[in-house]
Amino acid sequence: MRQTFKDAEHLLRFAGLFAVGIAAFFALRAAFIPKGFGELGHYRAGALEDNRQRLPRFAGAAACGDCHDDVRQTLRTGKHAGVHCEACHGPLAPHAADPIATAAKRPDPLSLCPVCHQKNVARPAAFPQVDAAEHAGGSSCTECHVAHNPGLE
Amino acid sequence: MMNRRDFLEQSGKFLLLTGAAALAWDSVLAGQPEQAPNYRMTDHWWAMFIDVEVCIGCGNCVRACKTENDVPAGPAYFRTWVERYHIPKKPLDPLDAEDHPTVDSPNGGYDGFPERYEEGDAGKSFFVPKLCNHCAHSPCVQVCPVGATFESPDGVVLVDKSYCLGCRYCVQACPYGCRYIDPRTNTVDKCNLCYHRITKGLTTACCESCPTGARRLGDLKNPQDPIHELLRLHKVQVLKPQMATGAKVYYNGLDGAVR
Amino acid sequence: MGDILPGVQGFMYPNEMELQWSVLIVIYPYVTGLVAGAFILASLERVFNVEAVKPTYRLALLTALAFLLVAPLPLQLHLGHPERSLEMFLTPHTSSAMAMFGFVYLWYLMAVLVTEIWLDYRKDLVLTARASSGLKRWIYRVLTLGSDNLSERSLALDAKIGRIITIIGIPSAFLLHGYVGFIFGSVKANPWWSTPLMPIVFLFSAIVSGIAAVLLVYMIYCALRGIRLDAACLDTIARYLFYAFIVDFSLEMLDLVHRIYEADESFRSLDFMVHTRLFLSQVVIQIFLGTLLPIGLLWLTQIVHLSELARRTIYGVAAVLTLIGIFAMRWNVVIGGQLFSKSFLGYTTYKMSFATREGLLPALIVMILPVVILWVLAWLLPPIEKEEERAA
Repeated sequence: MRQTFKDAEHLLRFAGLFAVGIAAFFALRAAFIPKGFGELGHYRAGALEDNRQRLPRFAGAAACGDCHDDVRQTLRTGKHAGVHCEACHGPLAPHAADPIATAAKRPDPLSLCPVCHQKNVARPAAFPQVDAAEHAGGSSCTECHVAHNPGLE
Repeated sequence: MMNRRDFLEQSGKFLLLTGAAALAWDSVLAGQPEQAPNYRMTDHWWAMFIDVEVCIGCGNCVRACKTENDVPAGPAYFRTWVERYHIPKKPLDPLDAEDHPTVDSPNGGYDGFPERYEEGDAGKSFFVPKLCNHCAHSPCVQVCPVGATFESPDGVVLVDKSYCLGCRYCVQACPYGCRYIDPRTNTVDKCNLCYHRITKGLTTACCESCPTGARRLGDLKNPQDPIHELLRLHKVQVLKPQMATGAKVYYNGLDGAVR
Repeated sequence: MGDILPGVQGFMYPNEMELQWSVLIVIYPYVTGLVAGAFILASLERVFNVEAVKPTYRLALLTALAFLLVAPLPLQLHLGHPERSLEMFLTPHTSSAMAMFGFVYLWYLMAVLVTEIWLDYRKDLVLTARASSGLKRWIYRVLTLGSDNLSERSLALDAKIGRIITIIGIPSAFLLHGYVGFIFGSVKANPWWSTPLMPIVFLFSAIVSGIAAVLLVYMIYCALRGIRLDAACLDTIARYLFYAFIVDFSLEMLDLVHRIYEADESFRSLDFMVHTRLFLSQVVIQIFLGTLLPIGLLWLTQIVHLSELARRTIYGVAAVLTLIGIFAMRWNVVIGGQLFSKSFLGYTTYKMSFATREGLLPALIVMILPVVILWVLAWLLPPIEKEEERAA
């Protein structure tokens, strides 16, 4: 019996290496798996909060109407009723947070309006589109159209 | 083109959002992006409705997304982009048929689309906005070796940037090409449905800036959400349905030629 | 879109234009393939009692070990955050083939390869330790784990367990490289990769490359150490290379024929890619130079009686061509799978840089490193005895 053990001793030493390795593995697991991992699924639960950590740059049309109710009323009856404010005016979260300190800039019609309304064969045919350079002799859009209620009927 | 029904839909959505937005806005105004106190993840199952028949390819969504989410500038990094399809008219001689559409997406549509096709072309042209489909059976989540990408309890596929190895297996596994490696962090990035906005009652940046209502965020778990009516009234499709990814971006008017 | 990113033809999804997996990811399956193939050759003697290949038994194991030790290196160089790679072991996602592969690798390295090598070499390690002094003695004592027992029974135990390990090792080797094939084959988004044949094709091309590598290593090692080549051994290895090649080629042709016949939505795009951007690496290098030519050469040696020198030369040439061909196969799978757009409407180009983290220079270093390691291992654990030493 003792002889058998002696003959197999080297195998036990070798197996010992494996035991040490496996123990180290579990120690590493205990030390390094991040907190909250596996709580909600196979991911770190804190990642949900990480993805929420960003300051919005667009305020959202609901916020604009609180001060600019007159524009909201103008929009409501016209063709641009479904166009949110920041679609044309750009991201305005800082302005909504502090309207005096961060003024919004009025966009230039000839730079802005063709973005949507320039004639393009891929645009739906029923969508109002013109060649901005030729339409009304290339004059600025707001000479005839009110931006917030652009219809001319 | 705003008809009465669309107008009512839009106003209804405004009213719905105003209350929630006001609440959420308080947190934003306070200077700290805090979780809106009454947002419970299990109450929501986010999706998006895209109406191809209404998209005008203005590129507002692409620009808004890059601005809102600090996406790297450059032609190879997009959380959302717009493709323009041109399908030539089928020639009278069938042997002449060109069997594939011509597609372009100059800088993802960031600068809009220069006119390329003659009006009398008689072909079919349209725009298709694309983004992460936030698949319910996401192949990208399946292959991530460490759990750095996952589907949140409210149906948004998110990336854990502090855990991602940058192995790019998920980029390979996504059938839609919506993922990329952010060169600044060497981790993967993609549309996260503006998670920082939708959890506060705001809509995504792309939907906010879309002038025609071609893109609309939807909450499938909310019985009052307009998306239910939209899905009922239109013939909808997802991209690459044969992949059975459980994609949650529903397209109306998706032509068979769309890749 | 070619004006935005030169090298792009047609339409690609904007995020697709840059390749994600570089030449390092080509090297990785190549290296693990060599490991699996070398091991399977070694197991021919142990398990299937093919006595003729006995001279290469230890050499094949050391070759496998040298390459397996290097295998993680290209992956580490590729990762965006190599310092986080431990995460794959701490929080492995069980649905991810890549994550589970980490454990398959670890199992194969420790429970199969290292164990088998240790059991086979233990006697020599003890003898060398007894016969040395100073630092050398210390090194060998550590390698023996302090064991000094060379009784009949202990050696018999080693042999018995070694045989069991080898038997376990064969499916483990299959698993090792089949898994790598599965990492690609299970990606439904990529029609160039997605096929149930992928693990099998990978495995058989691994066997082919491993056998060719051992053949070459055997010839070079004996030439450098002045040992006489065992002609019967060489002929047997070449014969097994030939058989493995037939199977591998048949499998690849099956995949090709199947694709052409079914002609699904991806076929036109992939076909165009193979005829243009992938023509040199796929048709010329992989198929003609890397498969048909070596098969033809080996077949020649089977049917025509040639002198030993002629046979040896042909074996060497065939082995080199094979190794190049199998590398090209890995290239065509990995790089080829990223050259076409998932919209099936466009193509891009792979621009390999030179001295960056994923460039040609580190790729070359990673390929040469196993040879250096093998050199060290062969010095530490001599695989083949010289005739005179054995006589003494």
